[in-house]
Amino acid sequence: MTDVTERTSEPPRLRVGVRLRELAGYREILWNLVRKELKVKYTASVLGAVWSLLNPVVFLVVFSFVSKVLGGAVDPYAPFLLAGLLAWNLFNVSVLNGAQSVIANANLVKKVYFPREILPLATVGVALVDFVLQSAVFFLFLIAFGYGFQLDVVWLYPFAFVDLLLFSVALTMFVSSLNVRYRDVQHLIGLALLVWFWLTPIVYPIGRVYEYLIIKHPASSLAKLAWYAYLANPMTWIVNGFQKALFQPSNPAATPAPLAPFTAGQLGLALTAGAVILLGLVYLGWRLYFSMSGDFAEEL
Amino acid sequence: MTDSAIEVVDVSKRFRVYREKPTSLKQRLLSSRTRAQDFWALTDVSFEVAQGGTLGLIGHNGSGKTTMLKVIAGILRPTKGVVRERGRIAGLLELGAGFHPELTGRENVYLNASFLGLARAETDRVYDEIVGFAELEEFMDTAVKFYSSGMLVRLGFAVAVHVEPEIILIDEVLAVGDEAFQARCIDKVRSFQREGRTIVFVTHALDQVRSLCDNAVMLDHGRVHVTGSPDDVVREMRLTILHNDLEFAREEGSKEVEIVGVELLRDRSPLSGAIPSGETLTIQVDVRAIDPVEDPVVSFALHDATNAFVFGYDTTNSGLALGTLQGSRRIRFDVGPIPVTGGKYWLTLGVHSRDNTRVYHVQDQRYSFDVQQADGHRNQLTFPVTAEMETL
Repeated sequence: MTDVTERTSEPPRLRVGVRLRELAGYREILWNLVRKELKVKYTASVLGAVWSLLNPVVFLVVFSFVSKVLGGAVDPYAPFLLAGLLAWNLFNVSVLNGAQSVIANANLVKKVYFPREILPLATVGVALVDFVLQSAVFFLFLIAFGYGFQLDVVWLYPFAFVDLLLFSVALTMFVSSLNVRYRDVQHLIGLALLVWFWLTPIVYPIGRVYEYLIIKHPASSLAKLAWYAYLANPMTWIVNGFQKALFQPSNPAATPAPLAPFTAGQLGLALTAGAVILLGLVYLGWRLYFSMSGDFAEEL
Repeated sequence: MTDSAIEVVDVSKRFRVYREKPTSLKQRLLSSRTRAQDFWALTDVSFEVAQGGTLGLIGHNGSGKTTMLKVIAGILRPTKGVVRERGRIAGLLELGAGFHPELTGRENVYLNASFLGLARAETDRVYDEIVGFAELEEFMDTAVKFYSSGMLVRLGFAVAVHVEPEIILIDEVLAVGDEAFQARCIDKVRSFQREGRTIVFVTHALDQVRSLCDNAVMLDHGRVHVTGSPDDVVREMRLTILHNDLEFAREEGSKEVEIVGVELLRDRSPLSGAIPSGETLTIQVDVRAIDPVEDPVVSFALHDATNAFVFGYDTTNSGLALGTLQGSRRIRFDVGPIPVTGGKYWLTLGVHSRDNTRVYHVQDQRYSFDVQQADGHRNQLTFPVTAEMETL
C-alpha cells in the first residue's frame, strides 16, 4: 500500500526528518534549477563563466589601488582581499538573489507542486558553484605566486566554509519568504548588504579595528561595546576565518597584526560554536519559510 | 480504510481579496486594518475518487474547479478540511511548466519532467519516446526560444503524458491544439485508464466527461452542486447553465436545414411553469433552408431525468411530407394528452433526411419542460382508465 498524503489546514509544523526525506525525493528539481540558472547565466554571454572570475579581479584591482592611496595596505593584499571577498560574494549573491527567488519563479509556484525550499536552495547552489570556480582559480593563483598553504592554519578553511554556507542558507530562507509578503525586503536587503560589506573586515583587516577600538582606547567602555557589536556579525568571524586560513602577512611582526587579535585555535573554536548557533538559525529560517510557503501560491 | 485514491473531506478554501493588496511594509503599517474581504472559493466540498477511477470536475468559470485541483495537487492549502491521497501525484496544470527559452529542447524536457516528478533515470528511459511523440527529433538541441508555439505545446504535452504517477490531475491543458492533437490527448487519457491510473480532470467539454469519466462532480460557487454518474451531472450542468449560456448544449449537423426557433406551447400560448399531466403540449419548431433540401424529416425525442429514452416521433409518423424545403417553415407537434406524470423531461430536436443518412441539425436535450403530477398517486404513466359499476 502506498503512503497516504494528507493535506490539511493545519499550519504545517516542520518535522525536519520527514521534510528532509521529501526534499531528497525532489532533489532532481534542485539540480535542474541550478543547472538551468548557470546555463542561462553563461551560455548567452560570449565570455561565459569568465564573467564570474572577472568580478573578483576587478575588485582586486580597485581595492589594491584604493588601499595603496589610503596607505596601510595589508601586504600581500591580493590573497588577503580575495580570501574574504570570495566568501562575501557567496553570501551576498545568495541573499540578494534569494530574496527574489520565489517571486521570480511565481509561475512555477502557482502551477506546480514541489517543496518550496528548493527555490532559495537553488540560489545558494548557484552562488556556491561560482564560489567553487572562483576559489579554484584563487588557489591556483596562490600556488603559482608562491604563497602556498600553511598547514598550521589551512585546517580552518572547512570550518569557515561550513559556517558561511549555514549562514547563507539561513538568511536566504528568511529574506526569500519575507519578500513574498513584503516586497520592500529586496530593496532593504540591497542597502543592508552594502553597509554590511563595509562592517565586515574584507577590504580592511580586522586588526585595524581592534587597534582603533581596544588598543587605542583601553579605558573606554563605549569602544569595548563597539568592539563586541562588531564581533556580533557572523560574517566577521567567517571572513576572518577564511583570511586566517589562506593569508600570511609578509611581515609577521608588523603592528598591528592584520588578523589580530584571534589565534587560529580561537577562531576554530568560535567557528565551531558558531556552526551550532547558525544551525539553529537555519532551523528558524527554515521554519519560517516552511510555514509561509504553504501560502506562496496565493500571495503571488 | 477505504481504497479510494483521493478523498476530499469537507474542504473549504478561503481567499483574502484585498481591494488594494498591501505588498509593502509601508502600506501594511499605514493601513492598520487591511481592507480584506473573504472570498470562499470552496465550501465544504467532499468527494472521493476510486483507485483507477476517472473523475470529471465541471462547473462554470469561477466555480472553484481549478482551486480544487490545486488543493489536491498541494499547491494551495485548504482552509478547512482534509484531502487524503494514496499514491504519487502529478498535476498537469500547465504544459511545459518551468520551460526556459534559453535552454535547448532536451534540457527543457529534463527540467519539465523533474517538475512532474520524473527522476533523471526515468526521463532517460522515456526520452526517445517523448521526442518521438512530440515529433521534434531535429530540434532537440535548439533553444526553445526558436520554437513555434505549436512546437512548444507539443513538447510540453509529450512530457506530460509520459509521467507515470498513480494519480494524474489534468486541468484544461488538454483543450489546446487542433483536432488531431485533441484526439491524441484523448487516446492518451484512455491508455492512462487502461494502466489503472487515477485521473481527475477539469474540463468544459461536457462530451468528454460523458465519454471518458466514470464519475463526475459539478461545482457551483464553490459547493458541490451534484455528484454522480457523468450523464446525470452533465445534464444537471446543462440545466443550470441553460439560462445563461446556450453554447454548452450540444448541437451538430450540416445545417442545410437549420432549426431557428423552438417554442413549447400550451393552448397556443407559451408554456409557463409545469404542464399538468393529461394536458396537450405543443412543440413548435421553426426550420429554415437557404438552398432547397429534398424531403427532410423533423423529429423529436424525449428523455426523462435519468436520461432514459421515453418517446420519439417524427413527421413521417404523421404522414407529413415536407417536400422540397426552401425558406422558413413552422412545424407543430401536438403531444397529448401527456400520459406521463411528474418530472422533468428533456427534448431533443432534429432535422434529417428521410433515409437518415444525412443529419441536417440536431439540438441534443437542449430544451426541457416539467410535467406536474396530476393526482396524489405515484404513477409513472397515466393510462386511460374508466371505471364503471353494475349491480349484480
